[in-house]
Amino acid sequence: MSEEATAANQSVFNPFNIVAGVIVLIGIVLTVLRFTGGLGAITNLSNNNPWGIWISFDLLCGVALAAGGYTTSAACYLFGMKKYHSAVRPAILTAFLGYALVVLALHYDVGRPWRLPYPILYQQGTTSVLFEVGLCVFLYLNVLLIEYSPAALEWLGLNTVRKIVVKLTLVLTIFGVILSTMHQSSLGALFLIAPSKVHPLWYSTYLPVFFFISSIFAGLSMVIFESTLSHHYFHDKMDKTHLAESSHVTFGFAKAACWIMAGYFTMKVFDLSMDNDWHYLGTSYGIWYLAELLGFVALPCFLYAVGVRDKNIKLIKWTAFWTVLGIIVNRFNVSLVAFNWQLPSSERYFPHWMEIGITVFLITVFVIVFRFIVRRMPIFYEHPDYKGSH
Amino acid sequence: MSISRRKFLGWMGAAGVSLTVGQPALAAGNKHFTGYPESFGVLHDTTRCIGCRKCEEACNKVNELPAPERPFDDLTVLDNKRRTDAGSYTVVNRYDDIEGVDGPVYRKIQCNHCLEPACASACFVRAFKKTEVGAVTYDASVCVGCRYCMIACPFNIPAYEYNEALTPRIMKCTMCYPRLMEGKLPGCVEICPKEALTFGKRYDLITIARERIRKFPDQYVDHIYGEHEMGGASWLYVSGVPFNALGMREDLGVIAASQFTSGALASVPVIAGLWPVLLTGIYAVSKRKDKIAEQEKRQAIKATLAKASADAEAKVAKALEQADLKNKRLIEVEVKKAVEQAKANNAEEGS
Repeated sequence: MSEEATAANQSVFNPFNIVAGVIVLIGIVLTVLRFTGGLGAITNLSNNNPWGIWISFDLLCGVALAAGGYTTSAACYLFGMKKYHSAVRPAILTAFLGYALVVLALHYDVGRPWRLPYPILYQQGTTSVLFEVGLCVFLYLNVLLIEYSPAALEWLGLNTVRKIVVKLTLVLTIFGVILSTMHQSSLGALFLIAPSKVHPLWYSTYLPVFFFISSIFAGLSMVIFESTLSHHYFHDKMDKTHLAESSHVTFGFAKAACWIMAGYFTMKVFDLSMDNDWHYLGTSYGIWYLAELLGFVALPCFLYAVGVRDKNIKLIKWTAFWTVLGIIVNRFNVSLVAFNWQLPSSERYFPHWMEIGITVFLITVFVIVFRFIVRRMPIFYEHPDYKGSH
Repeated sequence: MSISRRKFLGWMGAAGVSLTVGQPALAAGNKHFTGYPESFGVLHDTTRCIGCRKCEEACNKVNELPAPERPFDDLTVLDNKRRTDAGSYTVVNRYDDIEGVDGPVYRKIQCNHCLEPACASACFVRAFKKTEVGAVTYDASVCVGCRYCMIACPFNIPAYEYNEALTPRIMKCTMCYPRLMEGKLPGCVEICPKEALTFGKRYDLITIARERIRKFPDQYVDHIYGEHEMGGASWLYVSGVPFNALGMREDLGVIAASQFTSGALASVPVIAGLWPVLLTGIYAVSKRKDKIAEQEKRQAIKATLAKASADAEAKVAKALEQADLKNKRLIEVEVKKAVEQAKANNAEEGS
């Protein structure tokens, strides 16, 4: 509350507003360019490289990093770990906004965005992995909207509707886990259809399993990482329960992430052996593959273990950040670095600055909306009228 | 609590693994689609191609594509390797300095019209269709423009209108499907001055190709490209040089693209069917555990209380007993006192 008071006294031209404003202005200009000149006007996409960073980052990373929603709600509501309850709302909000952003980003990437409902409503291509992705993301976005809605309804004081929605919690959580299992994995399965284009080190029949399993520790790490940032910027919004449970969440999630990463690492090694790709490890692709596997999976897995053993919250927070980075590296590797690896470097893709501009613009929109919501709605604290009524 | 979480994650991992590993063989089954029986195709004999680009010109004309930057009789265009793009459904490339060959070899590139097309399998609005005549057609009226077909195509054929703001289409050879329907030949086949392109029933074309290889074993590599590649295609190629010298990949394998994703898609019913059961079960187990813990707690409290009250009763009884004794004694003392008092009084009165 005190922050709002000071914010009102401050001029609108505070650093956050200036930076965000400039980015949004540039974003609007780029949006106009995109929808008047086509993809060719602001991207480096080509006939050989039809997917760029809007797919690699906005879609693949966006969805993976929004996995905190289903992991946290499953831990709390399905596995009965009620001490994580205060982490559910921030995680659901992050997931909901994340998915909304993913869908918004797709409007830039596809040729005719108003036809995005076609595969669901008009003509269904059920043999396509992308159909599964589209249907699940569409349904899950709705699930997340409903899961998030109690916070908004409490803010608006719509008690009757809120009561009905809260009763749906269990069903929605189960539905959310099912949908997430399907689309997290099928984002990896997208690349199964092109074994001749993806480097053998990254191509695997396990791609869907890898994407799903890695989404779990991506989600857990993102919850830790996001809570670190939130503690920094929205500390005054957090109630006693949230603050008290916070370190519980951090240690618990770090422990879980550590175990899952260990399993993921083991699977990756099995995969390497089963495809007998060892001989590729000596090549430059192999070195980069090892950097990913050892530097961004094995290392953070180990650091999480040390952090939990020593109760070193600082180490865990840095490890969470590193793991999030590792997920981004992995998704970029599968969809860009390993994709079209056989083409000469002159025909490879590197993003145009305006593509990066759109992505930065969309992340900024995410931060603005997130900030708007947590400053007004009961996300980091329980609404006084609804205390303990979950 | 943490044990059950770990256990659960283990199950999820195990379930996920068995799903993807188990499915492909099952989904593939023992069926092998070898194309519609009477479907057409084209045989491209690269030993006959002279790189005149007449096919490019005819294609451009019959498909009403935009005029090229440089005219079709400008053969310097062949100095660069090209691929199909939004303005050209077909291109001819020249391959120089091939070992054991004097002079260049030419190869025409266009959609191969796969028997089980990757693009059709990948399209989430079914914009692509393998027609019974053999042509793979595209319907722009449903296309969303996601470009997954371009990711999927092993031959890098579909192109995209990147400079169309609002109505971009995928551009790709249709095997002149509209002309076939009118009983005409594809534009490129009709114009080819060297009969490097032969149109016919795919089955017959394979026989023709075999016959050429058999008759002139010195002129041909003993392979018909497209007969089995990626499950087979309607366009077939014979060549005097190894196909990879003509930029054609020989490592594509013989499995149709759709088979690579069928396993992953087959896991959908398993997840949709079993996940709710598993998750509800886990919820029930954790709930029951809580309930039992609660019950045990309550029982323990009850027992403690019972014991405490029993102890208390005993104490009270003892206290009462003691109190009784004390009282008795007190009474006795009082009585004694009273008696003595009375005696004393009597004595006083008597005196």
